[in-house]
Amino acid sequence: MRVIAALSGGVDSAVAAARAVDAGHEVVGVHLALSRSRSTTGTSKGCCSIADSQDARRVADVLDIPYYVWDLSEDFARDVIEDFVEAYRDGLTPNPCLRCNETIKFAAVLDRALALDYDAVCTGHYARIVPGADGSELHRAVDPTKDQSYVLSVLTQDQIAATLLPLGDSLKSQVRAEAAERGLRVADKPDSHDICFIPDGDTSGWLRERLGDQPGEIVDAATGEVLGQHTGAFAYTIGQRRGLDLREPAASGARRYVVDIDPVERRVWVGAEDLLAATVIEARDPIWCGPAPGSGTRAWVQIRAHGEAMPAQLDIDDGVTAHLDSPARGVAPGQAMAMYDGTRVVGSATIVRR
Amino acid sequence: MQPDRAYLDHAATTTLLPEAVDAWAQAASRVGNPSSLHSAGRAARRLVEESREAIADDLHVRPSEVIFTSGGTEADNLAVKGLVWAQPDRGRILCSAIEHHAVLDPVSWLGDQGCKVDWLTVDEFGRVDPETVRARLSDDVALCTVMWANNEVGTVQPIAEIARACEEAGVPFHTDAVQALGQLRVDGSLPGITSLALSGHKIGAPVGTGALVLRRDARIVPVTHGGGQERDVRSGTFDAPGIAALAVAVRHAVDHQALHAEEISALRDELISAILQVAPTAVVNGHVSERLPGNVHVSFPGCEGDTLLMLLDAAGVECSTGSACTAGVPEPSHVLEAMGVAPAVARGSLRFSLGRTSTQADIDRVVEVLPGVLDRASRASSPRVRRTR
Repeated sequence: MRVIAALSGGVDSAVAAARAVDAGHEVVGVHLALSRSRSTTGTSKGCCSIADSQDARRVADVLDIPYYVWDLSEDFARDVIEDFVEAYRDGLTPNPCLRCNETIKFAAVLDRALALDYDAVCTGHYARIVPGADGSELHRAVDPTKDQSYVLSVLTQDQIAATLLPLGDSLKSQVRAEAAERGLRVADKPDSHDICFIPDGDTSGWLRERLGDQPGEIVDAATGEVLGQHTGAFAYTIGQRRGLDLREPAASGARRYVVDIDPVERRVWVGAEDLLAATVIEARDPIWCGPAPGSGTRAWVQIRAHGEAMPAQLDIDDGVTAHLDSPARGVAPGQAMAMYDGTRVVGSATIVRR
Repeated sequence: MQPDRAYLDHAATTTLLPEAVDAWAQAASRVGNPSSLHSAGRAARRLVEESREAIADDLHVRPSEVIFTSGGTEADNLAVKGLVWAQPDRGRILCSAIEHHAVLDPVSWLGDQGCKVDWLTVDEFGRVDPETVRARLSDDVALCTVMWANNEVGTVQPIAEIARACEEAGVPFHTDAVQALGQLRVDGSLPGITSLALSGHKIGAPVGTGALVLRRDARIVPVTHGGGQERDVRSGTFDAPGIAALAVAVRHAVDHQALHAEEISALRDELISAILQVAPTAVVNGHVSERLPGNVHVSFPGCEGDTLLMLLDAAGVECSTGSACTAGVPEPSHVLEAMGVAPAVARGSLRFSLGRTSTQADIDRVVEVLPGVLDRASRASSPRVRRTR
């Protein structure tokens, strides 16, 4: 096959590309420029991205494959960053990695690859693609600590069929060792954790720059009593406990959590832990990774990137309603609810406010 | 018969001239610092000074007016910063909006340091109008700088007129002649030229060689302080082998300029008409006649430059999107922007640049592969159906 290997400059995509080369594919390395790294006056900023692109180039050199940079900064700004800001403005909790997979890596990049007569896109995500009775299936990775099937649960079967994920059967430690054996200097590069377009990790500060101060009240969900003030509801996430900075402790002495966010009234509702419990999760705009399941199907649902899978029954119409066997905590509107049949990803849908 | 690959990126760097390689190797095999006082040092110094004299003759200037540098960027930085710093009582800089980054960035930097920068606009063909320069010249201008010919779109500037206007106003004038040398007649003695930058590797000398031609009476502050070489303007050990190679390449460039220009402009015109035949919607950027003989700069509406580049590379054609890159990310071209080219059109631009080793076979190869490449590239950038959530 003719394969476009996305090279981030990290160890995972490097080993994935190397394995694609070993498998006999004709591989071209592509680094995705997702943000502009140089201002018009010529002062360098965002040096991380320049360093990553250098690392990606050196990986391609070692693998002896062609290397190009594709400028997708406009797509990324519109489809991922803007979407991220909008979601917070609406009181939601977005997942930008998932959105990037949905709109950039397996859409803009894959579309371009196919149009350029390539057959597939190869990435260093930890998940498995296996042939099944109804076509290609997406499954959880073998390494449970690295499994990234959640952020890939937005892929359609056509996208999955044109994707190579060579790392799904490996442990991260094996991938690092293999990178070292192959002479890839990125072998000991630290994992990336933060949101790539917020390099200092200060998400609420970053949002504040874009959304400005939006002062509002912090309100007790049980009594309606105003407990404090905040300068922006976007700094809060459902289930958050730390950093509420309330003057007085709850009368019961119980810990208080963010239980709801009202972006219109700019109100952050806080309350006891049991208010976070939900047995019904409603989600919209499902994407199915294969044939759509019938309503009433039993499945495992996962509601955040590193969350546990919980057994549920799915009622499916335009949207999906999951009836959990036992209550879940911290169901955040805007996050994806990924649905699994064992290790197989069935699909995903976006959690809505109740 | 077609060559395996067609190299059409001579404006980025060109093939080494065999005579320049020989000159470099001969000098490099001998020991001796040109600043040393013993026999080995004197022999090396003699080579440096003979090279300086040769280059001075070729550019119609005096030997003492040739200052060797590590290349075009250093020469431009030395001229821009050095000339401005030497006139602290003058706070304004006139700079064309289409300069190479080697000029643009030091000028912007001086702007950040407190200088006032007047960016000189260009017309749709990328030409600076000498009258707009004249209108802005006054006794508070420390430096006016306009490149001899543009590296992206190849537009040749009315340098003689601009230089004369500067001379009349008593304003120092610097010109970046990196792309011009070897393709145009470059005369460093034109009235009003204070300094002129040139680069070795654009004319067949090794990378790391270059010079600033600086009028003897110009006041300049050094950027690099040290051992006092090059009239105390540019310290650093003389690179005798590089300087020898540079002199050979400059001599070759100047001696062969007229014939070379004739030959490659014929190939250039053939390439332009072939491209327009294959792609009738393509737009040739730059000036029709006032154009570097080796420059072809074309926008292909509906295509992305980086896609075209990748497909051409795979098809054995090596060219450029023409704009500066950091981390391999093509930046929106400030040159096309200044010319008023729409951003969507500018994105689909390619620069083919011809040089000494360019042949008919190179052109034939482009013509052969271009239809397929354009077809694919336009499909790859067609708007995709977006799924919305």
